[in-house]
Formats: sequence, C-alpha cells, structure tokens
Amino acid sequence: MEGLLFLTFATIAVLCALNLVLQTHPISSALSLIGVLGSIAVLYLLLGGEFIAAVQLIVYAGAIMVLFVFVIMLLNTGAEKQPTRKIVVTWISLPLLFTFIALAAMLIAQQVPKTEVVTFGGFSGGTTLSVGRSLFTQYLLPFEVTSILILIAILGAVVLARKEI
Amino acid sequence: MSVYYSSTDHFVLLPVILLALFGCATLLFDFWLFPDARQRRFLVWFLLIGEAFAGVALWRQQSFLNQHGGSINAFNGSLVVDGFSLYFHWIFLATTTLVGLISYRYFEVREEHHGEYYGLIMLAQCGMFFLASGNELVTLFIGLETMAVTFYVLVGFLRADKRSNEAALKYLLLGGFSSGFLAYGFSILYGISGSTKLNEIASAVAARDPFDPLLFLAIATILVGLFFKVSAAPFHMWTPDAYEGAPTVVTAYLAVGSKAASLALLVRLLTGALSTAHAAWEPLLIGVALLSMTVGNFAAVTQTNTKRLLAYSSINHAGYILLGLVARNTIGLQGVMIYILVYAFMNLGAFLVLTSLASKGIAGEDINDLNGLMQKSPAHALWMLVFLLSLAGIPPTAGFLGKYLIFLGLLQSGHYILAIFAALYVAVAIYYYFRLVRAMFTQKQENAVAPTTSLGMKLALGVTGVLTLVIGVYPEPWLRFAQWSITR
Repeated sequence: MEGLLFLTFATIAVLCALNLVLQTHPISSALSLIGVLGSIAVLYLLLGGEFIAAVQLIVYAGAIMVLFVFVIMLLNTGAEKQPTRKIVVTWISLPLLFTFIALAAMLIAQQVPKTEVVTFGGFSGGTTLSVGRSLFTQYLLPFEVTSILILIAILGAVVLARKEI
Repeated sequence: MSVYYSSTDHFVLLPVILLALFGCATLLFDFWLFPDARQRRFLVWFLLIGEAFAGVALWRQQSFLNQHGGSINAFNGSLVVDGFSLYFHWIFLATTTLVGLISYRYFEVREEHHGEYYGLIMLAQCGMFFLASGNELVTLFIGLETMAVTFYVLVGFLRADKRSNEAALKYLLLGGFSSGFLAYGFSILYGISGSTKLNEIASAVAARDPFDPLLFLAIATILVGLFFKVSAAPFHMWTPDAYEGAPTVVTAYLAVGSKAASLALLVRLLTGALSTAHAAWEPLLIGVALLSMTVGNFAAVTQTNTKRLLAYSSINHAGYILLGLVARNTIGLQGVMIYILVYAFMNLGAFLVLTSLASKGIAGEDINDLNGLMQKSPAHALWMLVFLLSLAGIPPTAGFLGKYLIFLGLLQSGHYILAIFAALYVAVAIYYYFRLVRAMFTQKQENAVAPTTSLGMKLALGVTGVLTLVIGVYPEPWLRFAQWSITR
C-alpha cells in the first residue's frame, strides 16, 4: 500500500515538475508547481512528517502559490518567447545533468539500507509537538537567527521597491 | 538565564546581539532623526559605535581565551568561539567599519544614499559571524543565507542603474542555485552521521572510507556550493558581472567580507569535520585552484573595466588561498590565514581608490579614468601603487608574505609542480596590475577632475595603506596572531 502510494505521488511530482519547466505560459507553470508541492506533501505524510506536510500545503501550495498567481495576473505576462537554444545547452549541459541525476540515484539505491522500510505510522517524531520541542530547544539558535534573515528579506523588498528613486 | 540560554551562551552571542540591535536602531533613527538626505551621513556614527561595542564584546572573548585557553562552546555546541573564529570576527569587524567609512560619500555622489544601507551591512556581518563561529549545519546554513540575502539586496542598491539591477538578478539566481547544492550536501552529511553537529559528523566521516560514494557526493556538492561563494573557477561566472554592476563600495564588501566568511566555513570544514577524507577533496581542490589561477590571470589581461579586472584578480586570489589548503600543513594553513587578512586590506584599499574616482555623472570605472591620477592626487596614486604591488605579491608589501607562506607550505608538503605554477602566474598578474600603474603614472588627461574624498575615505585609505605596508615590513606579530588562531 505504502509502496503504491509512494510510486503514484512520486510520479505525479516528477511529471508536474517536468511540465513546469516545459510549459511556455506562466500560469500553466504555476499550476504545475501546485501539483509538485501537493504531491510532495503526500510523500512527507507517508514518511510520518504530519507537521511538515500540513505546512507544505498551507504555506507553499496555499499562500505562496496564490502570491505567484497574483503576480502573474498583475504583470499580465503572456507566453514566453522561445529563446534559440545554444548548442552547448543541448549537447553538453543536458547529458551532464542526466549523468548527475543517474549517478546520485544509483548511489542512493546502493548505499541506503533496504531492510528498513518506512511504514505509515511507524515514525512518530513528525508531530507538531515534537517539531516544536526540537525547534525551541535544540535548534533555538538557528530559529532565532532566521528572524534576522526574514528581517533582511523584508528590508530588501522595501529598499528595492520603494517609490522615490 | 535558563538551560536553553545560559550565561555562556550570552557571552558568546553578545557581539552579534549588539550588531543586530544597532542595525535595527539605524533603521529606526533613519526616519526619526534624519529625514533629510544630507543628514544621513551621521548614520555612520551608529555603525561606528555599534562596531565599537561589538569590538569590546569580542575583546572580552579573546581575553577569556587567552587566560583559559581552549574554546568556548555555546548553545549545546551550535556555536564555538576559538582562536580561528575570533581571527575572522576581527577581520569582519575591520572590513565592515572600513566599508561604512567609505560608503557615505559614494552614495551621496550617486544620489542613492539611504539609511537602510548601514543597517544591512551590519546585519550581513551577523551572518558572517555565524559562518565563522557556527559548529552545526543548520546554524551555518542560516548564517550563510543571512549573509547572501543581504548581498543580493546590496548588489542591486543602485536602483536607477540598469547594470546594478541586472547584476543583482544574476547574483540572486546563481546564488540560490549554489545554496541548493550546499543544502543538498549538508543533508547527505546529516544522513551519514544522524547529527547536525560538526563534531559528530567528524567521527562519522572518519569511520568511512574517503572514497565512499555517498561521502564523496556530499563533499563534492558542498564544495560546489562553497566554491561558488568564494568565486573560484569554474563557478566564477557571476563574479565579473556582479562586481561590475554593484555599487563600488558594495563590490569591495562583497570581494572581502563575503569571500572571507565563505572561506572561514570552507577552512573549518576541510580542516575539521572533513579532514579525514582529504584523499577525496584534495584532487578537486587542486583542479579548482589551478583553473581559478588560469582563468583569473588570463581573463584579467584583456579587461578595460577596472572593477571587472579586480573581479578576475579576486578569482585568481581565491586560487592561491585554496592552494594553501592543499598543502595541509601548519605553514600552509598559516599562509591561508595571513593571506585572507592581507587580502582584506589590500583589496579594500584598491576598491577605495576606485570609489574615489566616481564623481557626479562619471562612473570612474574605465581604466582610462585612472589616467593622470599622479598629477591630480599623488596621495591616491601612491597608495594605489602600494595596493597593486601587494595584490601582485611584490615585497616588501603584505601580499608577498601571504604568497610566500603558501609557496613554502606547498614546497614542504612536496607539491613542487603546483608551487612552480603558482609562482609563474605571479608574472602574469604583475603584467595586468601594471597596466593600472601605467595609466596612473604615465598617461595624461586634460580635463582632470580631482578624486572625490571625504574624511571617512581619507581615514580608511590611511588605515588600509599603512596596514598593507606594516604587515609586509613587520610581519612578526601578525604571524603570531595567525599561529594562535589555528592552534586548537
């Protein structure tokens, strides 16, 4: 059952990701991205990460995607112009990329022990309680530093987008 | 004070707390006290006072280490203060102060003087703090992103300038991509060891064969991410564009601060957690170092834009610093530390002189803008000569000391061919640095505009120039400081 669910949603995620890159119209790309994020949320849930799955849906597939669609709508962008592909891109970059992915996949298949299969409900460390506990004890420092990071991001948006030039 | 925030934690974190507070204060007082653009130069005082407070906090840490030795661990080992991190904290402190001093006049001339700038550079320094002090993957990554996001904003600070916008976008896209690689490598390290602490990762790495494929994948992806940040070839593509488009003062900060902080992380990983797997990363490092020196040197020869020229020269310097890590002995490591310190001052100095060439309506970035600098302002021309000699590595300037130690380290560890290559490339470097010297001293320019100066710029020029000379002429105390920083 878990294996079937995993295969289904992993395939959906990869197909949506490919579609995201291949589509020329930004709205189609944005909608494919929702598919990617949603199916990855299911994968998180299968691993037992309830909290992260919920956050993935609410924040990424929900809030951020709505923002994306709004921006696309406000800018009123049409289909992108197909740039002329350079020879380097098609004949060197793509094969290299596929080699990298194949090597990484082979490594993971070889190295990761096959005896321990994660079953649904087998891992209980992904609840809101345990995530919160480790966030505010073990990872307190990075959690607080993230506030500086977010402050900088807001500040940057204000600086770069203010009205007077 | 509780278990989660003890007095030791506070003692270690104090410099960064002070910096963040002063950075935020700058943002508040910018609107409240200085509504007029002409008054904004007073915000530099916030920066100076904030850095002074942070300096006192660092000094207390240093005297604690001097008395008790060893290192201070905080936040369950997430942060560590040892000689190594303190050495870098002092470099970041000096860099940020000097950049703040040269900035206000530049932005006034370019008519983009905003108070947020001073807040941003102090917050970037907070990120650098975590890069040098972090001893745990999540803290390190957040620190790196804090620094990187600040630089994405700073590079695009001249909003009316199209080149600045383009540079910021390029840097943002490529920087995000490289951060992805780094995060992937970190996640594999976590998978190998089951811990984010570098100490525990070190023992997990030591238990594995250096050519263990999973470990090698982790090392390779982490190195790709960090090579991008230190702008080593072949991950240097963003460097010339970002350096050219960014405001010159930001270029100086990017070339010195960002590079030193990323090198701090690289050196800590390679000499600490990943040191047992040196057989795996040494060939990668040698290849990247040689390629950086080749690309940096030969591409710099044909440049006509001075900022692009210095960008390629910084790629070249990254190559030399990586060679010091290849040597894997005390002399080589000491050379790396000295090189980073010296590089900070000489590069800041060179960019400072370029900054002073910018005046109303003139970008001052072409090599011809240096023409006749000797007649216009002998002080600028002579200090620039010192910086360029140092960048090329000619005695008695400080640049020679760093190169000398790295060559010595390479010879002691038996890397003769590498040492010969590195020494030969100095000749190429001399050629393109002397194109600048020739423009300054022999070319004439009719409608000469005197360089822009200010009290802060004169001060910073004096400090960087004198230090570049002093470290070269009297290296003893600096060598001792570098030695102290690498003894754990």
